[in-house]
Order: sequence, then C-alpha cells, then structure tokens
Amino acid sequence: MKVVLQNLTKIFPGRNKKVQEEVVAVNDFTFTIPDGKLIGLLGPSGCGKSTTLYMISGLQKPTGGKIFFGDDDVTELAAENRGVGLVFQNYALYPHMTVKQNIMFPLQNLRGEDKLTKEDMIERAYYAAKLVQIDELMDRKPSELSGGQQQRVAIARALVKMPKVLLLDEPLSNLDARLRLQTREEIRRIQKETGITTIFVTHDQEEAMSISDMIVVMKLGVVQQIGAPQEVYDDPTNLFVAKFLGTPPINVFEGSVKAEKLYIGDAAVLDVPGIDDRDVTVGIRPEGFVIDENGPFVCGLNSVEVMGRDVSVVCNHAASLNPVIRAIVDADNKVAAGATVSYSLKPHKVFLFSKEDETRLRFEVK
Amino acid sequence: MVESKHKWKAWLYLAPAIVLLLIFTVWPIINTIRMSLLENYSTMGFVGGARYEFGIGNFKQVLEYQNFLTCLKNTMLLCVLTVPISTFLALLIAVCLNAIKPLQRFLQTVFFLPYVTNSIAIGMVFAAMFNMVGTAFGTESELVITAGIINNVIEFFGGTAINWINAGSSYWANIAVLVIYTVWNALPFKILILLGGLQSVNKQYYDAAKVDGTRRVRVFTRITVPLLSPMLAYVVITGFIGGFKEYSNIVGIFGDDMGPTGDPGRLNTMVGFIYDALSNYQGRASAAALILFGIIFIVTMINLYVSKKKTHF
Repeated sequence: MKVVLQNLTKIFPGRNKKVQEEVVAVNDFTFTIPDGKLIGLLGPSGCGKSTTLYMISGLQKPTGGKIFFGDDDVTELAAENRGVGLVFQNYALYPHMTVKQNIMFPLQNLRGEDKLTKEDMIERAYYAAKLVQIDELMDRKPSELSGGQQQRVAIARALVKMPKVLLLDEPLSNLDARLRLQTREEIRRIQKETGITTIFVTHDQEEAMSISDMIVVMKLGVVQQIGAPQEVYDDPTNLFVAKFLGTPPINVFEGSVKAEKLYIGDAAVLDVPGIDDRDVTVGIRPEGFVIDENGPFVCGLNSVEVMGRDVSVVCNHAASLNPVIRAIVDADNKVAAGATVSYSLKPHKVFLFSKEDETRLRFEVK
Repeated sequence: MVESKHKWKAWLYLAPAIVLLLIFTVWPIINTIRMSLLENYSTMGFVGGARYEFGIGNFKQVLEYQNFLTCLKNTMLLCVLTVPISTFLALLIAVCLNAIKPLQRFLQTVFFLPYVTNSIAIGMVFAAMFNMVGTAFGTESELVITAGIINNVIEFFGGTAINWINAGSSYWANIAVLVIYTVWNALPFKILILLGGLQSVNKQYYDAAKVDGTRRVRVFTRITVPLLSPMLAYVVITGFIGGFKEYSNIVGIFGDDMGPTGDPGRLNTMVGFIYDALSNYQGRASAAALILFGIIFIVTMINLYVSKKKTHF
C-alpha cells in the first residue's frame, strides 16, 4: 500500500494563553511513500517526525493537507478504520495480559464480516509470534520479558491484523547497543518477509541509514531532504543534512572561493569549478582525506586512533568549526609521527555551503 | 547497617511517636482485651472495690443478646449494599470526570465536598429531605404540613408519598434512605482514589487500543478496569472496614435512638451497640469491640485473598 502525504501540516496552539504562540510541528510535508518499502523519518528531537507518524496513524489530526493510503483519502478516517499497526516507543503492552492475550487483542476487536473464530485467532497470533520469534513466550506477562522481547511482542501485536501500513515510533531507543543492532536487522527481515509498507521514526542516523530503503531528514517541522540513504549521505542538500548524517560527523571549516579555487586558511586545497568568489562553509567527510606528503591541506596532528581496518587521524586546524578534525584513512597508510599531517582531498567528499542560508553550492567534480 | 553505638540515636528520634502510640493505641488495645475477659466488668464497680472473675462471660452475653444480632444484621446489610453500589458509581463518575476537560477541576471539587462536611450535619439535611410529615404550623383549623423534598418530588410525578423515616415507617424504607445516604457519603473518597488511578494510567494504552479499533465498552472492561484493579481493591477493602464501623450516619438521620420514632434501636449497628454498652457494661463493650475487630479482620483477609487473585500486578 503506497502512502501519499500531501502538504501535510500540523500546528499546535500555544500553551500560553497571553502570548498566542503557535508551534508548527510539521510544515507542508509532501511525499509519496512507495508500496512495500521501509522508510526512516530522521531528525533531532522536536523536528516533527513523531507527529508525522501519529498523523499517518490517525491518532492526531492534521491541521492541513491530506493523507492517502493507495488512492483512498484517509485524512478524516479514525485511527481504528485505517488498518495501521503502530509500535510505540515504550511498547504500551497491556501489563495485565499475557503475551498471547496481547497479540490476540487486536483480533478480538474485529467485528462483522472480519470476525474470526477462536482457532483462527490463535493460529494468526502464533503466526505473528513466530515471525518475531517469541512463540515460546506466549504465556508470560510483559513484566517477565526483557526489553528486546517486549519490543518483539509489540511488533507482533501490530502485525497480527495484517496492517496496510506498519508504523514504528523510535523502535530501538529502549534497547541496549547490541540488541539494537540485532533488532534492526530483525525489523528489516520482518518487513521484507511481510512486504508491508513500514515507516519508522528515529533520531539515530546510523539506524535509519542501515535499514531504510529511503530516509526523510527533517528539521523543525520542515523536510530537508528525501532519498536513498547513500544518496542523501553522498549528496546532502544543506549543511544540516550533511552534519546530521555520518559517524564520525562531517568536518566543517570556514573557507572561501577565489578564482574557482577553494581556500581553507591560506592554502588552496581544491579546484571548485563553477563557484563564484565568495566566503563559504566547507564540509569534508572523514573519508574524504587522503594522506599525501605533498598534499595542499596541512593540519596539526593530535593523535592517531587505530581501529583495526581503519585509522582515525585526529588533527586540528585554525579554520575548523569543530573542536577537532577527524579523518578516516586506510590502515595501510603510515601516518608519520610529527607536528603536522598533510592531506589531499577527494573532491566528491567535499561539500560547499552558502554562508548565508547554509544551502549547498555545487561544483563540477571532474 | 547502622553502627550499634549510634542505635540509641535512632531510638531517641523514634521515641515521641513510640511513646504516643504506646499510650494511646497499644495500651487501650491491651486494656480492651483485659476488660473483655473479666466477667461483668464495670469501671464503676471496680472503683467500688468489686473483684471480677476471669472468663469469657462477656463474649457469651454479647452473642446471646438479641440486640447484638440485630446490630450485626444491620451492619452487614449496609456493608453488602453500599460498598458495591458506591464503588461502581465512583468508578463511573471517575471515568466520566477523567474524560472531560472543561470544568474538570470544578466538578472534582464539587464531588469532593461531602468528604469535608460533617456527617451528622449531612444526615440532618437528609432527614429533612426524606421527611414525611415535616413541620406542622398554623392554626388548628388551618394546619399547614410541609413534606420533605423527596416526597414532594414523588408526588409531583404522580406517586404517593412514602413514609421514609418517620414513626411507622417500614424497615426497608429506612434501609433505603441509609443506603442512599451512605453511598453518597462514601463517593468522594472513592472518586478521589479512582480518579488519581485513572490519571496515572499511561495514555499510550488507550492510543494502542484506539489504533487496534477497540470499542469503548471493551476499553473499559479489558483495559481501564484491570489497570485500576489495585485502586479498586483498595477502595473496596477500606469501604468494608468503614462500613463495619457505621454509626454516625444513622445518628445523623435517626438521632441517637438509632431508629424511627416508636422503634428505637431497630437500625442500631455494631459500633452503636458498643457505645450503648460503654456507659455501664465496659466488659461487654470490650468484648463486642473485639468481635467487631475479628469480623473486620476476616472480611479484610477474604478481600485481600480475592483481590490478589483478581488484580494484575
């Protein structure tokens, strides 16, 4: 089921009665989510990603705009009639019911033609439980389960009705680091197996990048960029997106362009054809540095962190806007001990942004 | 573990509370047991130099006393009728209060008012409301009779006035008035507890139920009530304990005759019985108090046992 968001807007009235201050949680969001894909809504807290999710679920009403499931306008449809499955951040499992009762609960709500026999319900509950591999815990109460198991029960409960759209609100935030890694693979697998269009919300860019077919980066209610994770990473539209994606984060410098050459400090570090003379903000991905004795970009060397396959070179530069510069280079490169280290730059890993509005300034990469 | 040389400090800080508890709680309990076990014990006789035999005569007397059985029956009846009704109504009101936004604070206060009002005063108001004859005034040839508002309402809708509480009224009419009054009096506390419970229920359970298309009745029976079960158990248990100690409500309506004019003692309760015996037969009063304690203890145990099976946390 494809999901279409059309100029979706949500405005919350201000709490303070004296100052009529409105909060625009989601601003004019238009996007078509293709059928059967896994979409990550990504952004820092307060960017409107959860609000968007709740509007799709029907729990919150949009102030403006429309939502379509397939060709049906569901904007005015109540949550229970939309056929969505929703997994809450803290799972919201009913504490007084066993796992089995929790999973069967949505089925027991079905009425009329959809009403199932008890055997059918149990069969479907077990099918959903098997899918998330908790079929051996069916008689436990949620309080007797670990966080990861609870999370699976929540997913099973959302899946058991065979929803048209599966919505996950920060599904991994309550899990520890190892479980998070495992569970996100699991979510990917379940989504592939069921083919249900899935939308999930996260503030963790790594999480979003690793399993999504497409990511939507949001900031203060405004969509910044939509695309495949690699595409967005390789070609950010503005400084915010560039900074938000990638670990270690992108290195940001003050720079200027003179005669189609990019200057950081006094050194001309790169040819940037097609850019007029101006001051710019420069973003360089950690993997954009190449150690080169004759390289034009000279930095002070702080330390070298060996991470096995790669080496992380921590250095500093007067024009850097981050406290330190982090470069990831292949472990085969021997970093000579000394006060400085010289780099040349990979042009497609260097992004220029306007100093005024932080939008991307594209130059031709030869 | 506190070092032993500092232990005396802990005892020092606890001392005021312990001393007060010993004087006003522990000693009276011990004394009650002592008095109940001295045959025909009476303080006045004790002062006069009388000696009392040790025995269970007081208990025997209490149990054989016809009046006591009436009291026991009245008390049980009021408990069994008022606790379920008031709990159910309180749950309904609490859920409704929780569901509305405007006026919630105001209505919360309104519903809580009976709790802070003197129950004798309320009882007198109820007595006036349910009055049959009201006050008669005027001259002998032109006698004006005011009936209570309840009977006025009944007559307004074409019914016949019922003798609720006056001389010649039926036992069940009396009980009906008492039940209405007791339920009304018990509501505020229960509403307060249940509303507090409702407000602490995570809203996401309701969101989850909504997404799953749960009907309202099912949300109430399958989610709200189970999640509230610890609070429900609490109000039921305290309701029964309070019900067994019923006294002032009856005094409020019927006066300390504990019954309608012409039939005193008909509506007497356990506590009423204890008070009656207290002036002359302290031994018997003590024995009755201990019997009451025993009954409350057993009922509470049953309550706890049931609620452990039915509550879900």
